[in-house]
Amino acid sequence: MATMPLKNTMIDNTVEDPRQRAPLVLGNHDFTTVTETICRIPEASRPPQAWYIAFAVSSTLTLMLGCMVVYLISTGVGVWNLNNPVGWGWDITNFVFWVGIGHAGTLISAILFLFRQKWRTSINRFAEAMTIFAVVCAGIFPGIHVGRVWLAYWLAPIPNQMQMWPNFRSPLLWDVFAVSTYATVSLLFWYMGMIPDLATLRDRARTKIRQFAYGLLALGWRGSNRQWLRYERAYLLLAALATPLVLSVHSVVSFDFAVSQLPGWHTTIFPPYFVAGAIFSGFAMVVTLMVPAREFFGLKELVTPRHLENMAKIMLATGCMVGYAYSIEFFTAWYSGNVYERFIFMARAMGPYSWAYWTMVCCNILTPQLFWFKKCRTNPWILFAASIFINIGMWFERFVIIVSSLATDFLPGSWGAYAPSWVEICTFIGSFGLFFTLFLLFVRFLPMMAMAEVKSVMPQALHKQGEHQGLGDYWGDMPRGHEHKPGGHDVHH
Amino acid sequence: MEPFVFPKWTNSIKYLLLPGLLIGPLYVVALVAYGASPKTTDVGYMPTQPVPYSHALHAGQLGLDCRYCHSTVEQTAAAGLPPTQTCMNCHTGILNSSAKLQVVRQSHSDGMPVEWLKVHDLPDYVYFNHSAHVRRGVGCVSCHGRIDKMEVVYQDQPLSMGWCLDCHRAPEKHLRPLDRITDMNWKASDPVVEGRRLVEQMNIKPSTDCSTCHR
Repeated sequence: MATMPLKNTMIDNTVEDPRQRAPLVLGNHDFTTVTETICRIPEASRPPQAWYIAFAVSSTLTLMLGCMVVYLISTGVGVWNLNNPVGWGWDITNFVFWVGIGHAGTLISAILFLFRQKWRTSINRFAEAMTIFAVVCAGIFPGIHVGRVWLAYWLAPIPNQMQMWPNFRSPLLWDVFAVSTYATVSLLFWYMGMIPDLATLRDRARTKIRQFAYGLLALGWRGSNRQWLRYERAYLLLAALATPLVLSVHSVVSFDFAVSQLPGWHTTIFPPYFVAGAIFSGFAMVVTLMVPAREFFGLKELVTPRHLENMAKIMLATGCMVGYAYSIEFFTAWYSGNVYERFIFMARAMGPYSWAYWTMVCCNILTPQLFWFKKCRTNPWILFAASIFINIGMWFERFVIIVSSLATDFLPGSWGAYAPSWVEICTFIGSFGLFFTLFLLFVRFLPMMAMAEVKSVMPQALHKQGEHQGLGDYWGDMPRGHEHKPGGHDVHH
Repeated sequence: MEPFVFPKWTNSIKYLLLPGLLIGPLYVVALVAYGASPKTTDVGYMPTQPVPYSHALHAGQLGLDCRYCHSTVEQTAAAGLPPTQTCMNCHTGILNSSAKLQVVRQSHSDGMPVEWLKVHDLPDYVYFNHSAHVRRGVGCVSCHGRIDKMEVVYQDQPLSMGWCLDCHRAPEKHLRPLDRITDMNWKASDPVVEGRRLVEQMNIKPSTDCSTCHR
């Protein structure tokens, strides 16, 4: 008589049960089915039709981005509506928006790793990919807004006949280093974490080309003990290196504003406020991408309601931090007694850009309050809708900070107004095209989830003692406590 | 199916990796710093002029003062190229049938200037003023080299921005008394003491603001 395997699909893993850890993989999965579930996506001979439609749209938008950039460079920055006093508009708004989104990836992969948050295993690959693509989009805007892009190499400290050096006292230069370091480390982290999974794809490949391509990328991975040992060491080191970057990058981005003298920018609260906002927006973007992806690619048993709920909790926490920062900015402006500082905050709430300000407040402060309710934390589509609002709100936050402070500064005589030109709007839309194009290529050709890591948080990983524990060791020794009773014998329920 | 295996020769790549990562960036830096510098690209520029005019003969052996031909150097931004009439002041009588002077005589008779080629050519976004330098103790030789020894004039100094700044930051090394401006043989007896005295005396405070040269 064959015994029916116990199905835990019906288990609600968002319920806390003090007797045991909630399972992070639902359904009747073992190592083989996890590999199958994830590998089948890049191994399919043809992606689903929806993929083609999405790719057609996003690559068209990418083409539009390319045209806008060429038009900008060939004609000059006048095709944007930037003016004096508003010298930064949608370009820098988009830059900060995309860099901010890029923060969730490293937070999930590095900080949650160091804190032994095992639920990260299902979403880290995905979030890291998102980070890299967001940083790619972010990098475009400061690159093209400098006017004469062919002189952009002046940003790098290269000895030259002009004896001209970047201004090391300027946060704009720190930004160049912060963002490029972040991009490099994120890329390394993402790629290195993918090596064992690329080897899996290589070993399963059925054509010469796929075998060669994945084989090249897998760098000769064989899965030996020695390789795993070094891999885990390297992973830990990279996580430790990447952790300060999560905090530093957006702190430095905030210095672009905080170090200047402009009312509304010149505040010490900016670095933590920006970091909280970045993590907030980053998680929102992960949810925006993950909810449709898990639905579409049949990954609901790997990205469970518990994963979604955890992300919602982080959004609630960081959303409240952001809300706190909004209110403390007003308090500081009032308490400082500085008329310019007071004025700019009144102008934000009631001036020409008040519509943007209140859009920001509604999206960023009110939306996450939904997550006090468990139903909203665990219902994917409510989460999805909320995450869209948060994305919108976080874009407006940067717009409000940048444009309102520039438009109405100290002297009424130098005030000005700004609205984007069609070129700026199309460039921004085009950057979404690029982001989704890269993302669609990623889900088509690379393993969307860290198979090896997901396996390490399954109960099966803990039934073996000794050298074959996979990543289990680095997740702390927590589950072994109840899986192995003192006295030695495995307890199978 | 046979799994993909890296061929053995790929092991040698790792030995190239570190030198590649080190040398690559250094190469780029060196390329920009030296390869693209005017020191490399501009110094020695010696175009063939329409007239085989010899500075070595006129300014060197004959000892003509620079200002005889470049007459506006003390008053205006441009040193000034002499009109054909200046040549003819002498060459109406001297060597008045030389084949080498055919172009000059032609220019004199039809009134069209000789098309000299500019050797020391600064970019259009740089505002250089000859009079400001010549009247504050910077000699011709400092920027143009030993013109009095050149058969055909060539660019002696890089004329790069960094080269300008070298002097603007330490003018005392390059100053001379105003009566020695065109003297290509003059050497300060004690450059440091002499230079400091001149800086003091003429109140030389060269600016290094961007707008000094880029207006």
